Amino acid sequence: MLRRVRLALGVLLLATIALFVSGGLSPATAADTTITGTLSTPGGEAVVGVLVTATDADGVLTSGTSDDKGVFVVPLPAGGTYLVEVDITTLPEGITLNNAEDASRSLLVLGGEKRLLIGLSEGGESGISEVESGTSERVIQLFLDGILYGLVIALGAVGMNLVFGTTGLTNFSQGELLSLGAFTALAINTAGVNIIIAAPIAIVFAAFVYGWGQNRILWRPLRRRKTGLIAAMIVSIGLAIFLRYTLVLFFGGAPSSYKQFAGQPGIEIGPFNTTPKALILGLLAVIALTATVTWLQRSRIGKATRAVSDNPALASATGIDVERVISVVWIVGAGLAAFAGIYLGLTQNTVWNMGQRILLVLFAAVILGGLGTIYGAIVGAMVVGIFVQLTTLVIPTEMKTVGALFLMILILMVRPQGLLGRKERVG
Amino acid sequence: MPAKTDHMATGHAAAVEALRDVPQVPGAPKPDPVVIADHVSRQFGGLKAVDVAHVEIQRGAITALIGPNGAGKTTLFNLLTGFDKPDTGTWTFNDKSVAGTAPHRLARMGMVRTFQLTKALSRMSVIDNMLLGAHGQSGERVLNALVPFTWRGQERANRERAMVLLERFNLHEKIDDFAGSLSGGQRKLLEMARALMVGPEIVMLDEPMAGVNPALTQSLLGHIKNIREEGTTVLFVEHDMDMVHDISDWVIVMAQGQVIAEGPPDAVMKNPQVIEAYLGSRHGSALTDDGTSLTADSQGGNA
Amino acid sequence: MDFVQIFSLTITQAVGVTALIYLFAAIGLNVQFGYTGLLNFGQVAFVAAGAYAVGVIVLTFDLGLWLAVVVGVVVSTLLALLLGIPTLRLRADYLAIVTIAASELLRLLVRSIAFKDVFGGAQGLNGKLGQEFHDLNPLPADFTLPVLTWSRQDLWVVIVGWSLALLFTLLVWGLVRSPWGRVVKGIREDEDAVVSLGKNVFVYKMQALIIGGGIAAFGGILWAVAKQSVQPDTFQPDFTFFVYTILLLGGAARVFGPIAGTIIFWFLLAGFGELLSSLINNGYIEFLTPTDVGSIRFMLMGLGLMLLMIFRPQGIFGDRRELALDAR
Repeated sequence: MLRRVRLALGVLLLATIALFVSGGLSPATAADTTITGTLSTPGGEAVVGVLVTATDADGVLTSGTSDDKGVFVVPLPAGGTYLVEVDITTLPEGITLNNAEDASRSLLVLGGEKRLLIGLSEGGESGISEVESGTSERVIQLFLDGILYGLVIALGAVGMNLVFGTTGLTNFSQGELLSLGAFTALAINTAGVNIIIAAPIAIVFAAFVYGWGQNRILWRPLRRRKTGLIAAMIVSIGLAIFLRYTLVLFFGGAPSSYKQFAGQPGIEIGPFNTTPKALILGLLAVIALTATVTWLQRSRIGKATRAVSDNPALASATGIDVERVISVVWIVGAGLAAFAGIYLGLTQNTVWNMGQRILLVLFAAVILGGLGTIYGAIVGAMVVGIFVQLTTLVIPTEMKTVGALFLMILILMVRPQGLLGRKERVG
Repeated sequence: MPAKTDHMATGHAAAVEALRDVPQVPGAPKPDPVVIADHVSRQFGGLKAVDVAHVEIQRGAITALIGPNGAGKTTLFNLLTGFDKPDTGTWTFNDKSVAGTAPHRLARMGMVRTFQLTKALSRMSVIDNMLLGAHGQSGERVLNALVPFTWRGQERANRERAMVLLERFNLHEKIDDFAGSLSGGQRKLLEMARALMVGPEIVMLDEPMAGVNPALTQSLLGHIKNIREEGTTVLFVEHDMDMVHDISDWVIVMAQGQVIAEGPPDAVMKNPQVIEAYLGSRHGSALTDDGTSLTADSQGGNA
Repeated sequence: MDFVQIFSLTITQAVGVTALIYLFAAIGLNVQFGYTGLLNFGQVAFVAAGAYAVGVIVLTFDLGLWLAVVVGVVVSTLLALLLGIPTLRLRADYLAIVTIAASELLRLLVRSIAFKDVFGGAQGLNGKLGQEFHDLNPLPADFTLPVLTWSRQDLWVVIVGWSLALLFTLLVWGLVRSPWGRVVKGIREDEDAVVSLGKNVFVYKMQALIIGGGIAAFGGILWAVAKQSVQPDTFQPDFTFFVYTILLLGGAARVFGPIAGTIIFWFLLAGFGELLSSLINNGYIEFLTPTDVGSIRFMLMGLGLMLLMIFRPQGIFGDRRELALDAR
């Protein structure tokens, strides 16, 4: 009974932590409810005359058109969920949406002025001759984009795979570890701390509170109760839903971005277009992942982690403190996931369901590499990242996740143990 | 129900008689083999778990498959019964090639197995466990299922047959209990009774004694002997030498995936090669009972 | 504070149209997960199949509703085959991941601009769906109910929906007490054991997936007919998880589990929502705004799913004896 009470208290505590983190933030209460944003080319030129519409649940439509500064304002009758669409036929020749999902998305607006970020790029679908000359360049561009995307996936997936390897938990709330990290950084950033300082603070906070704390409060008691793996998996789904809507409650339903580096102009390195922030983040991700791999290879606790992944009972019998290993795994996993979340927050934006949106891609990476194999997650992530970007050569960008999911299903049919996994004996 | 071989006498004496002139070498040909396997191999990573050049199982006899831990006995079971796919190899059951046949088809043909970790269907009653074993139930077709009168009669007949078996295995007082509430030994008995419910020609028992209370061991042995007396072939995997000696008519010894010796129990136990194979890993084989609980973790606790 | 109104709104929702949609999905999931043990995390895809069958047949192709119902069942069967053939041989957790992935994959496809002509893109298909059904409404034109606040049209949907739901419950009851039911329960307990007894496990799992999916598709058909609208983003994976919550609440592998679970789930959820809104609107709670109620409801759903799974996986009316044996 006492244990039950403790568990329930633990869940409450987790909620309080979320509350604490977001303290000082309150939704803006401006008189008029609007959706607003600025449309500009990567070069910084205003994009004029683009129609943005918002449709409410009853089908009532309001709209706004971007003015000569690229600013659009869509007035709304009240807060609520709206289907916000960018009429792509009104985009000037040669201008396309960076993210095809921007063309149409449902948005929760709680009131006040809701800023909408819509990334635009130049080029894209134009004359046939141009595409032909540009194909090889585009492949290189997409390949490098894929590496950067793969790094984010790897950061997110490593923790998931380590936790699966050491505890057997298929963690459906892994995505929320990314979101929590990103939003913690946002909270600190909003309080006036530069994101360069806020990010490491958020990562350390995430590692110990969302990682160590979560394991301590929720998963360790569940393991003690001998909760089955499938039951634990369903618990993680409940947790994911709970955390997601906790984020909506405190931060609202619309995307927001960090105060610094939000609209960083792009640079060209040879044939490769990118932003300095993406390059620096990519470099940091490589360092973080290399450090993790080296740690697993060399350090005592790293070796113990691999031993526990291989066979927990045997590892325990040889004197390894399995619970300690699991704690460390949660700390590392949550820290890396928070980094991934901030990475996404800096290069795209932070939104309450960002974790949910990447969760299936994380699964794809982990399954591709082999569920539970330590390096599998990284290899799988890079393959998925590059594959997803390259598929946009043949399928519309809005469907790029489809490629990853399809790849995952294919792999499971052909090689269920993953690329680096081992087969197991029956019976 | 598969046809029993009635052209030959059955039972212990008949089995011993039939196996008397069989050469005591690995892969020896038998006078009336029910299973013949050739070049069956299976690799896990770099480890060759099974690499059997030739082996035959005599019909109507109790054959023991022994060997130190990791010798590949269970893997060979899995391969022969279709639960795992070999890298190479062919084998026949009743002179019919069955390599690549689905495991449920093999069971229907009369090759029925049990598992090392008892697979009693915990949240089902003992009688439901038994009834699952019956063949050709029209009520198992989804469309007939909704029309009870099409299967009531058959269900009653199966139930009677199940009751006879349960009585024999001393489980008749527990028919409405959840299988999960039975003791370890009773679950083994239930699993064996359930296998007989299928009407098998050969029963393949994977460590029937593992985790069984010693008091129940004698009765389990008696049941296995009875199965043979009724003309059903028995192949079983076991570690306990005393038990192997007590009930088997023929012993096949595996080590490192290969068949290293064959013969009647007395002769095999004196075989220096067998002694060497065991001595090197005596310790390992003593660990198996604990070892099962290790695997149980990954199985979601079926032990 | 008008408690009568709160209560009447709550009851109306607890057995109303939305509750019915979830109920159909839950009855289907009970066949798949409750009895057969299939960890289908893509149940929402079957609901979407039913809803889109109606939307596409009626609006895109301008054909009749009754044809759409037939198409809905056919499409859900095809979907079960498509989903089942690659996944039913996989481990439980892989099955879960693949089914959820497949349901997302389908949602992304139907909302894509590429197929906008057929599926209507992100807005989906909105318009006069199911006129044939509403024309059959026998209720008098000025019909109103005491206490409950359904419109004449909704009441007709609710009456037919509940009749169908009871019919499907009866069907499930018939199935699970037959030898067929025995085999699928055996598969839930231990697949390999059932294989070793000569049953073609794959076929039974597929049958369970098809039957459960077909019942869920009726939820989608009802959705399209009642709400006159089919929108891709309503078919998010969370839908499936709420259905799991319902099933676990009422008790998986119990014939009346889905019905009990649905009513309790929607009663609590709606009651809490109405009460909280009312408290906020009347100034009793000042630190929340009416728009927060939605998120808090969802938070409670997530928390409820966690607590249920931890403390009462057998459901509210579950049997402790069964729980003690439950290794999963």
